[in-house]
Amino acid sequence: MSMTTKESVKEIFETLEYGPAPESAEVAQAWLDRHDRRFGHFVNGAFVESADGELFATVHPGDGRELAQVAQGGEADVDAAVRAAQAALPAWQGLEPHQRARHLYALARHVQKHARLLAVLEALDNGKTIRETRDIDVPLVARHFYHHAGWAQLLEREFEGYRPVGVVGAVIPWNFPLLMLAWKVAPALAAGNTVVLKPAEFTPLTALAFAEIALEAGLPAGVLNVVTGDGHTGAALVAHEGLAKVAFTGSTEVGRIIRKATAGRGMKLSLELGGKSPFLVFDDADLDSAVEGVVDAIWFNQGEVCCAGSRLLVQEGVAARMEEKLLARMETLREGPSLDKAMDIGAIVAPVQLDKITRLVEQCRAEGGRCYQPSWAEQMTAEGGLYYPPTLFSGVSPSSTAAQEEIFGPVIVSMTFRTPEEAVELANNTRYGLAASVWTENVNLALDLAPKLEAGVVWVNCTNVFDAASGFGGYRESGFGREGGREGMYEYLKPAWESELPTYAEGELVSVGDPAGLGEGGTAAGPGGVDRTAKLYIGGKQARPDGNYSYPVLSPDGRRVGEAPLGNRKDVRNAVEAARKGTAWTKATAHLRAQVLYYLAENLEARAGEFAERLRAMTGVAADAAAHEVEASVRRLFTYAALADKYDGAVHATPFRNVTLAMPEPWGVMAVVCPDEAPLLAFVSLVAPPLALGNRVVAVPSARWPLAATDLYQVLDTSDLPGGALNIVTGVRDELAEVLARHADVAAMWYVGSADGSAMVERESADNLKGTWVNHGTRRDWSDAEQAEGGEYLRRAVRIKNIWIPYGE
Amino acid sequence: MSMESPIVDHPHPGLEARNPGTALELDWVRDARVNRSAVERRAATLPARRTVKKQWQLAWLLKAVTLIDLTTLSGDDTPGRVRRLCDKALHPVRADLLEGLGMADAGITTAAVCVYHDMVPVAVEALRGTGVPVAAVSAGFPAGLSPFETRLEEIRRSVRAGASEIDIVISRRHVLTGDWQALYDEVRAFREAAGTAHLKAILATGELGTLRNVYRASLVAMMAGTDFVKTSTGKESVNATLPVGLVMARSVRAYHERTGVRVGFKPAGGLRTAKDALTWLAMMREELGRRWLEPDLFRIGASSLLADIERQLEHGLTGRYSAGFRHPVG
Repeated sequence: MSMTTKESVKEIFETLEYGPAPESAEVAQAWLDRHDRRFGHFVNGAFVESADGELFATVHPGDGRELAQVAQGGEADVDAAVRAAQAALPAWQGLEPHQRARHLYALARHVQKHARLLAVLEALDNGKTIRETRDIDVPLVARHFYHHAGWAQLLEREFEGYRPVGVVGAVIPWNFPLLMLAWKVAPALAAGNTVVLKPAEFTPLTALAFAEIALEAGLPAGVLNVVTGDGHTGAALVAHEGLAKVAFTGSTEVGRIIRKATAGRGMKLSLELGGKSPFLVFDDADLDSAVEGVVDAIWFNQGEVCCAGSRLLVQEGVAARMEEKLLARMETLREGPSLDKAMDIGAIVAPVQLDKITRLVEQCRAEGGRCYQPSWAEQMTAEGGLYYPPTLFSGVSPSSTAAQEEIFGPVIVSMTFRTPEEAVELANNTRYGLAASVWTENVNLALDLAPKLEAGVVWVNCTNVFDAASGFGGYRESGFGREGGREGMYEYLKPAWESELPTYAEGELVSVGDPAGLGEGGTAAGPGGVDRTAKLYIGGKQARPDGNYSYPVLSPDGRRVGEAPLGNRKDVRNAVEAARKGTAWTKATAHLRAQVLYYLAENLEARAGEFAERLRAMTGVAADAAAHEVEASVRRLFTYAALADKYDGAVHATPFRNVTLAMPEPWGVMAVVCPDEAPLLAFVSLVAPPLALGNRVVAVPSARWPLAATDLYQVLDTSDLPGGALNIVTGVRDELAEVLARHADVAAMWYVGSADGSAMVERESADNLKGTWVNHGTRRDWSDAEQAEGGEYLRRAVRIKNIWIPYGE
Repeated sequence: MSMESPIVDHPHPGLEARNPGTALELDWVRDARVNRSAVERRAATLPARRTVKKQWQLAWLLKAVTLIDLTTLSGDDTPGRVRRLCDKALHPVRADLLEGLGMADAGITTAAVCVYHDMVPVAVEALRGTGVPVAAVSAGFPAGLSPFETRLEEIRRSVRAGASEIDIVISRRHVLTGDWQALYDEVRAFREAAGTAHLKAILATGELGTLRNVYRASLVAMMAGTDFVKTSTGKESVNATLPVGLVMARSVRAYHERTGVRVGFKPAGGLRTAKDALTWLAMMREELGRRWLEPDLFRIGASSLLADIERQLEHGLTGRYSAGFRHPVG
């Protein structure tokens, strides 16, 4: 027997230390050698050099040694990859879904066959522990491909009426390199798309290994392409005109840049961004288990986890005990070489990240939080290397840097709360909304809290658990879109009708009448009629516009039909404020919302003649067409009244003993901007679905012919719609849309108007990262149910929250 | 010998005082919370988080040998069988292997020998003067349903016969009906009957229904003054599982945090492989710390485990996989 170090059995018998337990890197190193430690991009089924021959090094963070030289992708390389993906698209889409399912199945199988190589390579490139890559990352990757092999097989049956989007550009981060690849590539391919993937600069190796695995598994050339490089490469990819969709996981800052860069290009976009996720511990929790939960929350993957539970909120009565237990637990954590099988924490990915963590912790110390690190931290720090010890800040205030900034390291801050209500307030006191973890033995409390937490994932008595069958993704500035599950598949599909729409003809969307145009178009009311004054509708009341201007509403032949108030930014502000306060509508039961929508339909029909006449006068359509529009509006209201209590969530079949609820939740405050045509039917078609599913809406009706909407006020008043549920501001479409797009308290926005307006809305929504749905200047036929109601309208009116509830006594 | 504490036979720094127990603190018992899913998750990942290799593994395995209560609890036990077991307890690892490990003079024996009452005199005789204590399972083992007075008398007789450790079984019905007072009184009475012999309270966790019950029963047994809490008789259909062990270890930790008293822990039944032993040692080290890896605070009740450890020790030393017949049977 060869003793690797000098410690004898006799000595160890007394100390019972763990000793080193290295995983061999031999095969991974041999694989690198086989490639001469030099990798090109993977384009069209082969490795190719960068156009300009430029390379960069990727290193093992544990010891700083270079692992390989990797190609630095430029525009030409990105272009070649996108062209390859485009060229591969027809044949890939021409396959039967079953054939694509076979390919995904083969990928899953081959990932498993090379599981250890991938695990070791990942640990080498990223610095994370082999335990995690072996037991978590790689098994989840295989599972993702298996699960999506299933979606590929079932595509036509389960996603009827949807089509693949085209070429997907995926830009992924360094914290879970292979897993994020799987999260993008598996659904993209299952849906019938081809992919150009840009792995993170620090961690390109497993993507390249995966590319080789795809070759081995027989994936057709060009279906998956990998271009390596830094942020410039990612920017070049996102900028490429050949993409139909960008899927990005990374920082909120870069997410915003991508939102702007893709604005107006008719692309789908999903963003999975940063977080500052709360970890709530109530006084009836199993505290010992909650402590292990904290370990999984913040000391998993060195805390380099977007959904890391980094804000510990503990009920005051147990806070001291929880802290004692945590400090004791920190002592027993082991940190060191990523290939040591008995390590809990590995190396930080790169010096720049270590610097960032160190700087933020120093700043937090300066702000006065009590900082705890285990007793072994000092010695570890002295030994050098890219290691950062587990760190707990306690006694910090919500305003401190530590409580607000995403540190992306093994650092958690601790605060206390008194009541569940206060817990929710503190938990939601963040710009982010990726995940939350709730620890209590009280099912009433857990299920009460889960919907109140502004987070895309809520883990009850567990944390950082993932599965391909469950959706993952954020609320607020943690991004939009879901990865995994049925909800994730929609991110790589589009409704068939959306791609077949005509665009608005020149001049079809006109600007509103001139508020200075006094007397333009004659007199609206006939001689002797009582003058009617349309106002805005805010918080359930009619309100004069802040600016006190109005503009003439003219028929196509130039006759004045009436006057509409010219809403401005302050009116939008007031409307959003009213919508924010109008929570009664969101809290109302689905049954009640259905009743109100039915009642709206009933009251609209009672005045059908009057509305038809108004439509005829405004738009100049024939009487029967006007009557038809009113009737179609009544029908549409019926449809959404019917759907209000039928758009159910799901229980995902995730592979351990728990219930994973996929709950559709309203966004909260939604903005809806309507086109000019079909001023009643388009308005109803766009406003009813968000209302049906519990959103409060700020609507901008047809700018040209807003009186169909303003006439609705009395119908709304008589239909028991609570104040704030629907707010209506008339005026110049894109002016109002811009204020709404920029408003931080608007969570989602639908815009149907011009291509320029669509681009503006997408661009201006970047600040708070709204979920947007715009028409890019295409024209819908509002009388055609296929394109004017149903699936996509419902899906876009909610976001899916996944709630994991393990059970078992 | 019979009145001596086993702790005296295994001296080491930080010798523990016996657990005097506390009053029955019902609030503490009722407030106990155990989340099964979270415990299972911890138990599932723990073996993957810790491992020992090379000489560390050998040292840990040898340590495991010294923690074993080498046990025979069969209806067909005979004096000859028990003598053989005692000899194995005194020579658990082949001398040449100990030599190779540099541990020839370390006095490696198992922690105790564990037998039924009737076999106590034979075992005491076989182990006389060696310092290896005899443990007797008692109090109507394994069901614990014989008359209470009979159970107390059985304990007293085993002690008189020379057993210095008494492994009693609790009445599961007290746990299942939440009659914590009855459980407390029962264990208290057993403890008194055992006198200076150390008491191990077997919770028979496989029959307690929930992990929360396991935690609460463990707390009550400690309040009543048991020196050890023990998982199982080995006769239940489910014996020592890692989640149960985790929950009991945490109860021991909570008791220590609150009273300053260290109580021992003994998983029994179901630990058969060297790898199992390493996992349990790691669990104890993680949850309770190095101090709990000594025989006065940790025992492993097992009969077949030792044979696997012997083979693994030989493999570790020689690099060749071993065979059972190469090691003396117990």
